[in-house]
Amino acid sequence: MNKKVLLNIAYKHITTRIKQSSIAALGVTFGIATFIILVSFMTGLNGLLDGLILDRTPHIHLYNEIIPSENQPISLSTRFKDDWFMVRSVKPKQNQSRIHNARPIINILKQNPDVLGVSAQVASQAFFTAGNIELNGIINGVNILEESRLFNIDNYIINGSIYDLHNNDNAIIIGIGIAKKMSTKVGDRIQIVNAKGNRLTLKIVALYQSGLAEIDNIQSFANIGTVQRFMGEKENYISDINLKLYDINKALPMSKELSKMYQITAVDIGTANAQFETGTAIRNIITYAVSITLLIVAGFGIYNILNMFIYEKMNDIAILKATGFSGNDVLFIFISEALLIGLMGGLLGLILGYFFSSVIDQLPFETDALPTIKTYPVNFNPIYYVIGIVFAMISTFFAGYLPARKAKRIDPVTILRGQ
Amino acid sequence: MSMGGNSIIKAEHIFKTFHKPVETQVLNDINFNINEGEFVSIMGKSGCGKSTLLYILSTMDTDYEGKLYLKGKLITGNSPNELAHVRNEHIGFVFQFHYLLPEFTVMENITLPAKKLAKKSDEEIYSDAKNILQLLDIANIAESKSYRISGGEKQRVAIARALINQPSIIMGDEPTGNLDSGNSENVLGIFKALAKEKGLTLLIVTHDQEFADQTDRIITMGDGKILT
Repeated sequence: MNKKVLLNIAYKHITTRIKQSSIAALGVTFGIATFIILVSFMTGLNGLLDGLILDRTPHIHLYNEIIPSENQPISLSTRFKDDWFMVRSVKPKQNQSRIHNARPIINILKQNPDVLGVSAQVASQAFFTAGNIELNGIINGVNILEESRLFNIDNYIINGSIYDLHNNDNAIIIGIGIAKKMSTKVGDRIQIVNAKGNRLTLKIVALYQSGLAEIDNIQSFANIGTVQRFMGEKENYISDINLKLYDINKALPMSKELSKMYQITAVDIGTANAQFETGTAIRNIITYAVSITLLIVAGFGIYNILNMFIYEKMNDIAILKATGFSGNDVLFIFISEALLIGLMGGLLGLILGYFFSSVIDQLPFETDALPTIKTYPVNFNPIYYVIGIVFAMISTFFAGYLPARKAKRIDPVTILRGQ
Repeated sequence: MSMGGNSIIKAEHIFKTFHKPVETQVLNDINFNINEGEFVSIMGKSGCGKSTLLYILSTMDTDYEGKLYLKGKLITGNSPNELAHVRNEHIGFVFQFHYLLPEFTVMENITLPAKKLAKKSDEEIYSDAKNILQLLDIANIAESKSYRISGGEKQRVAIARALINQPSIIMGDEPTGNLDSGNSENVLGIFKALAKEKGLTLLIVTHDQEFADQTDRIITMGDGKILT
């Protein structure tokens, strides 16, 4: 009951000074709207750019790297255990590039609770031939549906669909660079030859465009079975295992563990793409720095208006105190005014922010890097709207607190006697 | 009723010194008592300390030495919040300048202290307020904004506001000082009626001899002391 009376007074003060209150509220509106627009756009862009990296880089990549053995035979000898060895012309051992026991490893990894998905690949060198042209390239045997689920490969497929590949063992998706160089299009046939001389004729069902010319000029995708057949290998032949985890931060420790457990090369995303986190963090800092600055400016607006209110309302404050309202009641009234202004301005800011974000979301944005993206990326995550309004309330609270404390301290006697 | 004998407000050895601009003794050993139902006026020349005394009695000024009792209870040294509650419940105020909240209606101005006290429901408060407005003959302006009514009406609204919580005492600081003679008489009439018919206790600071003559008791002050 008591608080309702105080809120009613605060409400009256605001509505009778609607112009000044609106201007103060518009300051908050401007700050919050800018925050929403900036943060939606920036995080949308971050998501897009992170996606570009995450779609191309598995959290953990398992493969057999051809490297010379670190343990040369002499190191096994106890006779020279305390000596320095010098072995010249060390060459890597003839090694198979397939992963030993790949199928069981995949099955174990799939049951790991940290693992979102596992994709097996067979990669092979190949020459693409059409007429008398021969282009050097790579053919990747994949389970295209898993690639789509884990690495969004469908975002980079144009002029066709991943299902056309999935349903056809004699199909291939080629990089757009290869297609251009060979003047081929979807529906045409292309012949691939490998170093051993195996040949295969495949139908082009779609084109792949990553946006990086050097990848688009060599990359192609087919089903795993197709590539195994092309290489003359059995169906347990797997050259690469790509993992996607639920928590990207577990990639580094897990890659070390897997490498040790399976005697295999395991590269985590942080090692493969060291700059990955940096860009995102810096863009976030800029977004928050600009928004906080705007809200502080808005806070000064509220501070100013409330100060003016309090000077105008000296008599009223004295009267309220004389009739039995305590200093804390007066404090409550003026803080409520600040918060009401902040709430109104903040809500309007959210609406405006949403509106402008929606407009940006409709603006055309064409990039070769993401052939399926046609408009600017905007992140409509509701958490930013919650942060925005909370932020508006906190900044207006502090802006209102100082003038309100001044009102609380006003001595009614000096005012009542002053006239 | 007028000689109820119960002390409403009692001052014991009140001293007050202004430190600015120069050290001045404004109140010098003030002692008096006001009983229930008394209509008392304080008179004196400008600067004799009568207003200062009134603001100390009103509990708004706490910067003094001595002891102040309200209905036998010591209120000197109470916390600001406790004193605010005392003013709300026990003391009704009427000032020289109307001092209504301009953006509120007459009704809202009157009911505000009662809503703050929150001892009655809103319906009871409004019905009390209507009765008081009728008593003061201003029921017709209940819904007017308070900045739109005349000076005499404003002072009557201020009296109505002072009455709303049925206070133990009504204090006035030159309540007729800013009114023409017609309105002055009107306000005086209201005070007299309240004292006689309702048995209200009133303490009014004035320099209007005619006004003072019609009260039960006149406290005359000079140079910070009570003369008579």
